[in-house]
Amino acid sequence: MQAEADSIVNPYVIHPATIVEKIREAEDINTYRLQFVDEQMQRRFRFKAGQFNMMYLFGVGEVAISIVSDPDVPELLDHTIRAVGRITKSIAGLQPGDVLGVRGPFGQGWPLEESPGRDVVIVTGGLGCAPVVGAIEYIFRRRAQYGSVKILHGVKTPHDLLYRERFDAWRRSPDTEVLLSSDQPDKGWRYHIGVVTELFELVSIDPLKTIVLMCGPEIMMRLGVPILIRRGIPTTAIYVSLERHMECGIGLCGHCQMGPYFVCKDGPVMRYDRVEPWLGRAGV
Amino acid sequence: MSDLPIGWRDHQEPGRYRLEQTGSQDIFGVVHGPQSLKPFVFAPREPLLQIERTKGGFAAHPALPHPEQIAVIGARACDLAGLAIQDRIFLNDAYRDPYYAARRDELFVIAVNCTRALSTCFCASMETGPRAKTGFDLALTKVDDMLLIEAGSEAGSGLLSELSLSPAHENLIDEAARCIEACARSQVRQLDHARLPQALYDAHDHPRWDEVAGRCLACANCTMVCPTCFCHTVEETPDLSNQQTAHARLWDSCFTQEHGYIHGKNIRPTIKDRYRMWLTHKLASWIDQFGMSGCVGCGRCITWCPVGIDLTEELSALLTSDSRSSVVGSPVEGT
Repeated sequence: MQAEADSIVNPYVIHPATIVEKIREAEDINTYRLQFVDEQMQRRFRFKAGQFNMMYLFGVGEVAISIVSDPDVPELLDHTIRAVGRITKSIAGLQPGDVLGVRGPFGQGWPLEESPGRDVVIVTGGLGCAPVVGAIEYIFRRRAQYGSVKILHGVKTPHDLLYRERFDAWRRSPDTEVLLSSDQPDKGWRYHIGVVTELFELVSIDPLKTIVLMCGPEIMMRLGVPILIRRGIPTTAIYVSLERHMECGIGLCGHCQMGPYFVCKDGPVMRYDRVEPWLGRAGV
Repeated sequence: MSDLPIGWRDHQEPGRYRLEQTGSQDIFGVVHGPQSLKPFVFAPREPLLQIERTKGGFAAHPALPHPEQIAVIGARACDLAGLAIQDRIFLNDAYRDPYYAARRDELFVIAVNCTRALSTCFCASMETGPRAKTGFDLALTKVDDMLLIEAGSEAGSGLLSELSLSPAHENLIDEAARCIEACARSQVRQLDHARLPQALYDAHDHPRWDEVAGRCLACANCTMVCPTCFCHTVEETPDLSNQQTAHARLWDSCFTQEHGYIHGKNIRPTIKDRYRMWLTHKLASWIDQFGMSGCVGCGRCITWCPVGIDLTEELSALLTSDSRSSVVGSPVEGT
């Protein structure tokens, strides 16, 4: 059976991976650091920032989760998961030493290799910052290849701010600005009060030198992009990471369609001008 | 031979399927039933993996099928067109689906060229029939009490050479072509796909969607009988001891509540959203995705719709700017 399985590429095969660390990010959010049980699989697994894996729990099923870790350190494979559905709630009960399944990586990542010399503006909301963390790490490993980096991140409440220490570290990096906002702040909140798109007014942007990476609620994209366009940024320089129901990861199960696209295969990272006609259309 | 529907014929209309005995010895009087070739290759339930719990984890074993050779007698041109579309999706996209491929390799198709059209047929307008063009091993055309047989593959030629048949006369070949041509001309429905996909994208806010949503039951029949619909879901079935679990894919439909679900919300909450998703995908976005229409003109979705919704009629209404003058549906006869 095994010989037969190896003789053809079977995109459905699930690879066991051990949880080596479980990092609590918030009450219902954890980051799971994984290592493949099969050493060969561990060695050959490569991904691009912005891609996702299908995470599997024995007897329960699979769910699409973006890879949050640094693509240059593939031996540390991190996924940040909010316990919200049947599968993610079951995963929340796991501890280090337990085994999850991984199938992937799938989809299109952020266009970083194609963008040397560009300024990068990163706009995220809530847990939507997870898919860009790897992109930020990628840029900082090649800092000289990129221009200025501006990270604009919005949360509903300060409680929703994950990766605090990472934001602090990024803020200390050269030619990097980190701006945070909360629209329901508490007394200790030292940053902007309001929604993330208001942060655009607080940064200078060289519109023709910039690429924008956006990830978060679609409403943030629909409200934010027109502001960026008014600032002179072409829609071909704006990339968004989208979320849809995904079961297969390879454009076959049909659930993640958005207009002519399969978000799992053509995305999740897509150039804004391509998805603009479909974003915000009811029922698409 | 006793499995063949000798002496029967089918009548199909929107929301209506009837079989009648004709008293003739006609073998191929029934044009088609609810299913096309699809279930033979894209199985309604396909085990993908058998997963067993192991010490400290699990092991996932591919559950590839080992199908026996299947010969299908009586596939129609629309069925072959549907098979070609499924081949494009499952074999010639980013991945070659090994489960579909295993079943496809064992399929031997004896097609029948249609010489009688149903009221629901519109393959001529989709340019998929009524003559089987490719994808068959053998193709038969019935002319009076003669059968004209044509080989379409090496396997088909091989089988033909083992039979003691006489070469076809040119007259018979011409007569067969005339019968098929007459069948094409007799089709009463057609689908106007000239301005697709864009015209349907542009019709996203058309009031006709509300009107058809008032009739659609979201029962998913149209997607279950469609020769090309490929949506599927994955189901996990652990055994009672929770030591073994079957990981299988099942046909799914864009008409279900769960299809557009994403953490706590539904992208397509209304029947209007789902009917629009289905029709726009089938006739428009499919072209962008696969370079071909997702409709072959078999008419099954019209027949097996319990309320007789006719996609050819819905499309014409949607491509008309003033829809309100054309919102009257065709009557469902005989129900």
